[in-house]
Order: sequence, then C-alpha cells, then structure tokens
Amino acid sequence: MENLQCQCGHTNPPGTKLCESCGRSLTEKDQNSKLVDMRYEGTARRSQTYNKSIIDKIWNFFSSVKVGVSIIVVLLVAAAIGTILPQQAFVPASTEATIQAYYADTYGSIGRVYHALGFHDLYSSYWFIALVGMLAISLVIASLDRFVPLYKSLKNQRVLRHPSFMDKQRIYGSGPAAEDTLEKAETKLKELKYNVRTDKNGLLAEKGRFSRWGPYVNHIGLIIFLFGVMLRMIPGFYIDESLWLREGETRAIPEVPGYYLENKGFALENYTGEGGEEVFGEALDRVGTVAKNYQTDVVLYQNSEDALPGAADSQEVVAEYPIRVNQPLKFDGYAIYQMDFRLDELKAMTFALTNKETEESLGELTIDLINPVDNYELEGGSTVELLGYYPDFSGFENGEPQTATPLPNNPGFLVELTTPETPEGETSFITIQNTVEPLGENDFKLTFLSADTRDVSGLTVRKDSTLPILGLGGLIFMIGVAQGMYFNHRRFWIQQKADGTVLLAGHTNKNWFGLKKDLDRVVEYASLPAYTDQQDEIDKVEKAEKEGETLS
Amino acid sequence: MNLADLSSNLLYVAFVAYLIATFVFGGAVKGNKEGTFNSEKRWGKVAITITLIGFAANLGYFFTRWGATGHAPLSNMFEFTTAFGMTLVGGFIILYFLYKTAVLGMIVLPVALLIIAFASMFPSEVSPLIPALQTSWLAIHVSTVVIAEGILAISAAAGLIYLLKVVDPAKKSKQRFWLEAMMYSLVLVVGFVVVSSFFSLTGYEAEFTYVDKEDQEAAITYAMPPIFGMNEYVALTDGAMTPLVETPALVHAGKLTTVVWSVLVGTILYWLIRLIFRKRISALLKPFVKNVNLQLMDEIGYRAIIIGFPIFTLGALVFAMIWAQIAWSRFWGWDPKEVWALITWLFYAAYLHLRLGKGWQGEKSAWLAVIGFAIIMFNLVAVNLIIAGLHSYA
Repeated sequence: MENLQCQCGHTNPPGTKLCESCGRSLTEKDQNSKLVDMRYEGTARRSQTYNKSIIDKIWNFFSSVKVGVSIIVVLLVAAAIGTILPQQAFVPASTEATIQAYYADTYGSIGRVYHALGFHDLYSSYWFIALVGMLAISLVIASLDRFVPLYKSLKNQRVLRHPSFMDKQRIYGSGPAAEDTLEKAETKLKELKYNVRTDKNGLLAEKGRFSRWGPYVNHIGLIIFLFGVMLRMIPGFYIDESLWLREGETRAIPEVPGYYLENKGFALENYTGEGGEEVFGEALDRVGTVAKNYQTDVVLYQNSEDALPGAADSQEVVAEYPIRVNQPLKFDGYAIYQMDFRLDELKAMTFALTNKETEESLGELTIDLINPVDNYELEGGSTVELLGYYPDFSGFENGEPQTATPLPNNPGFLVELTTPETPEGETSFITIQNTVEPLGENDFKLTFLSADTRDVSGLTVRKDSTLPILGLGGLIFMIGVAQGMYFNHRRFWIQQKADGTVLLAGHTNKNWFGLKKDLDRVVEYASLPAYTDQQDEIDKVEKAEKEGETLS
Repeated sequence: MNLADLSSNLLYVAFVAYLIATFVFGGAVKGNKEGTFNSEKRWGKVAITITLIGFAANLGYFFTRWGATGHAPLSNMFEFTTAFGMTLVGGFIILYFLYKTAVLGMIVLPVALLIIAFASMFPSEVSPLIPALQTSWLAIHVSTVVIAEGILAISAAAGLIYLLKVVDPAKKSKQRFWLEAMMYSLVLVVGFVVVSSFFSLTGYEAEFTYVDKEDQEAAITYAMPPIFGMNEYVALTDGAMTPLVETPALVHAGKLTTVVWSVLVGTILYWLIRLIFRKRISALLKPFVKNVNLQLMDEIGYRAIIIGFPIFTLGALVFAMIWAQIAWSRFWGWDPKEVWALITWLFYAAYLHLRLGKGWQGEKSAWLAVIGFAIIMFNLVAVNLIIAGLHSYA
C-alpha cells in the first residue's frame, strides 16, 4: 500500500482518513460526508489498513470490538452454566469415580450429562481458560491498535486546520468578528482551564486529553490482574495447604519450613439469646442454634537459627494468637485461617482386663488412639499386647481387619491378653461394643471403661504473593475507569482569516452539553460568531423526512 | 418503644410515603398537556418532597436497625432486599435533581415498593451474625454493592420508560411481547406478595417430614397449602391439604409450591387487569410517557450505568475479593454468588463496549439496561434461594 499525499503537502501513512497535518479528508467518502468521523482522529489503524498475511488476520480479529464483546458474552454464558449444578469442589465426594457417581445419583440424567460434558469442573477446564486467554489477547491487541495511532495523532496536533476539517465538525460556526477576538477568546479559554496554543492566525484550546487514555489504562489494569492470576502457577508464589491440628498437638506447618504450630484449645461458641443477645431471641427460636465464634488458640514456634533441624528444645515462641474466622494468624507472608473443625474426636480409651467369670479386674490400661504403644504391663503381672490397631475399622477383607481412614473414628484393636492364669495368651479383637475371639473362647476380656475426647481444628495455610500484583491491577483498572468516564476531552479550533472572518469548531469525545456550556461563555466574552450543532441539524432533517414519508 | 420497633415503624412510614409519592408523580405526569411540562413542574415538587420524607424515614429505619442489632442491617434476604429498595429510591433522587424527570419517579417508586414488599415476605426479626459476617467488611462490601445495584437499576427504569414510549402497542412485534412480559413478571411479584401475606395473616402452617437428596430425614414447614409434596413426605399437621404431586428429592417442593402459588395468583391478577381495562399494561402506561424526551431517557440510562458500574466493580469485585481473602482464605472461589457478580460485571462491560464502540444507543441500549436489571434480580433472588452456596444467608 502506498502513502497518501495530502494537498497540503504532508505525506500520510496508508489508511489515514484525515490528514495528520491539516485535517483534510483523504478519502472520497469522507470528503462527501457532512460530518467528519473523529473517532481515533481519523488516523490509520493497523486493523483497518492491512488484511493480507495471517498475522494481519489474527490482529484484525482480536482488535474488533465485535469479537471482544462476543468473547465477553460467551464467557458470561459459560460462567452461568457452571452455576446450574454445584461445581465438584462443593460436592461431598473426592475421587473421580465418587464425584461422577454423586452427579448421577443426586441429579439423575441431568447430572450425568453435566458431568460428561465436564461442566462439574468448568472453571478449570481448558476451554474456559482458553476463553479468558482470548479475552486477554483481545484486550492487548484492541488497545494497541487504537492507542498507538491516537497517541501519535494527539501528540502531533497542529493548531491550524484546513477549513474543510473545521466545517465538518459537529460544533461549527463562522462569521465576521473584531480584531481582538482571538486574544479575548484565548484569555477566556485559559480562564476555563484550557491549554491554549496559538499559531499565526489561529488557536487550539484543549482540556482533559488524559481522559482519552482511560480505556487503555483500565485495560492495562485488567492485563496486570490476569498476569497476577497466571503467576500463581509458578511454584513459590502460592501455597494452599490444610492442617488438621488436635488440641494439645504441635505440628510442623506444611510448606512453611522452620515453623511449628501448637493447638492450645479449640472453642465453638453459640448464641445463647441471653444478656445482650436477648434481641436475637425470636430469630434463635426460629432457626435454632447459630454459631457465634470458632476459635483456635495457637502458639507459633520457629526453629532458632543456629539450631539443628527438628531439635524440639531449640524452638522459640514467635506468637500466641487466637485464630478466628476473619482473623487469620499472619506471619512472614503466610496466613493461617480457621476453616473447619471436628468436635470430640476420640483421644484415648481406657479398659480393664477382667475375668469373664468372676468379673474381677486385673488392672486398667489406657490406649492412646493416635500413637498407641504396643505393650501394657499391668500390676498383677498381666500384660496386654497390641498386635494390631485399626483406627477406623471398616470390616474384614480376607480375614484381615481393615481401616478406612487413619482417624480414630471407630477404633479396633487386635490384642493378646496374658495373665498369670493364661501364660500362653489369649487373642481378642475389640471394637466399640463388640468383641470377637478368633482363636476360640477366652477366659479374660477387656472391658471398656471410658474414653477421652478432644476437638480438632481444621486450619488452612496460605501464602499468595500475587496479591500485591492483583491489587495493583485492580487499582489501575479503577483509575482508568474513572479517568475515561468522569472526564472528557474537549477541543476548540478558532481561526481568523485575513478579512476578519472567524471560523470556529469544537469537538469532545462525550458530553456535548458540557462543551456547549463552555463555548457559550467564550462566545459571549469574545463576541465570536454564533455556532450550530450540526448533528442536531442532521437529526432534524432526518426526522422531517421520516414524517414526510409517513404523511405521504 | 424500643429501637427495633421504632425501626420497623419507620419502614412503614417510608413505604406509605413512597406509595403516595407514586400517585402524585403519576398525576403530575398525566396532567401535562401534550408538549408542556407545567403540571409536572408544579406537582413534581410535591411528589419529590414526599419521596424525600419517605427516604429520610427509610434511612431512619436503616440506622435504627443498625443500632438495635449492632451490625449493618445487610446480613440476610430481608435486610439486603429492603436496602436495595432504599438505594433504588436514593439513586432516583440523585438523578431527579440532575434531570428533573417526574416520569422516572412514577416508574422507580412502585418498583421500589414492590421490592420492599417482597423483602417483607422474608423473616424480618433481627438475627445474630455468624462468624464469617462479624467484620466491618460486611458494611463496606454489601453497602457498596447495594448502592451500585440501586443506581444500575435506575438505568433499567429509564430504559423501561424509553421502551414504553417507542414500542408501538398497536402493532404485533417481538418488542411488544417482551415489554408486556416484563409487566407480567412485575405483576407476578405482586402475586407473590399477595399470596404470602394472605397465608401468613391467616396463619397457615403445615409440617412435613421428608427424605432429602442426601437420603437424610428432614423436616419442613409450609407457609402455603402444599401443592407439591417433598420426596417421601409424611404429613405431621392434621387437616392440612394433601399435596397433589410428590416430587423427587432433587426438587424442593416447598419452594416450588410458593412459586406456583405466586404465578397462579399473579396470573389471575394480570388477567383481571386485562379484563377490566381491555388493554395491555404497557398500553395503559403509554399516556404517561407521551411527553418523554427519548434522548434524555437514553442519557439518564447511560449516566446511571456510568456511575453504577465503577461502584459495582469496587463493591462486588474489589471489596468482595478483599473480604473473601480474609474470611475464606481465597479471594475467589467460583461460589455461585461470586460468579453471578462477575456475570453482572461482564454484562455491563459488554453494554459499555457496545454503546461506545458500536454505537448502540436508544432502544438497543434500553433493552440491555432492562436485561441488566434482570441479571441483578436473578443474582439476588434465584442465587440466594435456589442455587446453594456460601452466600445463601436467607
């Protein structure tokens, strides 16, 4: 494509609609139109100029507003589809098979189809992420396609424009005026906080050019935000671990080297409806129990710097803190949240070794359900040996007892009982409320006496180093939106010809009402010729034609 | 009178004031002669004064309730929806003083009334906050969202007025159908309010036990005669109506019953209106919009979105993410409410691109504004009541 030579002598890049220098229309279509199209100042946009190579085609595709809006709409619809049934993260199933079964069982054929289409994990699906990626590409390309020529054009604006540029502006007026008109107009425009430049017999007054950058600034904000979201895939930026901590326990914090957390106690508090809470009485009667507080009192320890790893006595207390919902424990870029709890987990069980016939006790033993010891020596010379421990007994498989989980929900014990009377030992399998004697009838048994329980806190360990980037993106977006929406770019061109005739043109990217208000004050002060809004004129003519049609 | 009682009385005052103002605005607009605004100028002043009194009482309700509960009254369906009605009126007042359009009041105030009436159908006693809500972010996040939604809804009202004026009621068209469909859905809300109030005033209650979708035994109390029965229901109340149909566990028959009752009563109401006036509702409203300046309505609709969109971004996305990070340890979790806030935001982003980039002004813009309101209402009503998630506080 060839450069465009304007009558004024300026050479314009291909695709230019209005001469960069004087503002004359360069295409026949623009020359014949009543008003000039001022969007992007009539500059050459890459997407409107080239359409040959594959790169041109991709560029043109993504720079289109229509495509951008289509991507937004597709994303919007996809996001809505993902809320028809709960996402897999919210269903009470964890393995691939149980999740599939859950959808089928709970929602029938709809659930089966939903799962088969992958909608149960829609927001992490490749196609959804690809859509967001396309939106990001569109944001970048559409912005560059418009911003670069617009910036160049506004930066290199000339004061003097060709009369054919001025009379095709929406706000236009011409007529005789006094000699000092230009000076007076300049004074008034400066008073109205316009930047005024003069050149020979003309002036250009401009205000709020920065508002033109608003859309590009807010798009930059969005790009930074999306970039931040992508960053969390890089190891080290993002940690999300859960930590179940029993009361009294101290554990290393997962993924946080050198730090340990002790659970001093968990508390669940409900509203009582008494005292200061009387006002809530009616609501509590209706809904029943309402939780008031979930709290884990913790102590945070850190290994001393010179200590050997794992040496317990070298830990220093860093903080003592009550972790509550909305009040996570924060340290060193990490945060620990109160997320879940289990009340009254079994901690230890106490049994008595008793003679079945006489019911005489030979002594008591307490089995720790988290770290049980293998041998228990009782006073009278009897012993209990723990041959096998099944914390969450779920039945027998091939004669072997099984445990469903490592949590002591339903403890089972395979024990050998040795007493002075039965020195060769008796084997017994004990679960809650049930005893099996696999090797024949025994003389002795373990009688359940009591159980200790404690609460378990479900904590989440989190680090998210992308947050400052996301915050920055959000801030820039908001600034860009305000910049573009609440300010506008107003310009006036005024020229006085040798015969004293003044030409006057005005343009704004929005809020023409405000522009006219400014201009009215200048016109009055500097006795400029009266102006018209040529768009209104066109609208009137069109309306009259329309009514004419309906009448005839 | 304690603070909580004072609060609910102030809400009544606001409700009555809005009701009166609706008629005064309507009369002010109707009284205009073709092409003149004399009646509107004179009576508009009276109407806006009554609206301001109502709004003051409404704010009084809000802050006395805040005093009574010790937390911002934005924590459940009743409180949020009432606040939405209030910000809708607030948004109208701002735009009234900018543009002096009585006809906007005639549309916005009845919608606000309907929203407040709808809110009152939910349990309204003051309730304590669960741990996740015990933070000042409740007031910051939710109030910003509700203000933004109030302002965005104004653009829908302006759009509705625009459509009432441009859509020809005498000519069969898609536009005419959808415009009337909007009117019909507003009448359905009236139906819900009427039927809920009727059964709550007559004290209807029917208790059932049933088996839920997790195969657990559960109990439910119907506040309306059960058209639909829950999965494997057993009636506990003697003399209660036997449900006509038993639904599978997946369907919440109690909610379905409420919906069907509302649609039933709403439809009867709608047909009564049609029978009495022999006209579509949109045609009934036509004389009120004869003087409407279309360009001005378009401008108001756009201005409302320009003000509402950044506030919505701040409240429903920025503040929401900050709070989610503090309370739930992650700023985004694809919870249905979060998703629908994003959908609302994307929708208005599309609106702005179409308007600024593709020149969608006037009627197209008006339709979009109305759809935006539908999305906001969906997020408020359906996401809270139908789609279960972290935000289901009602």
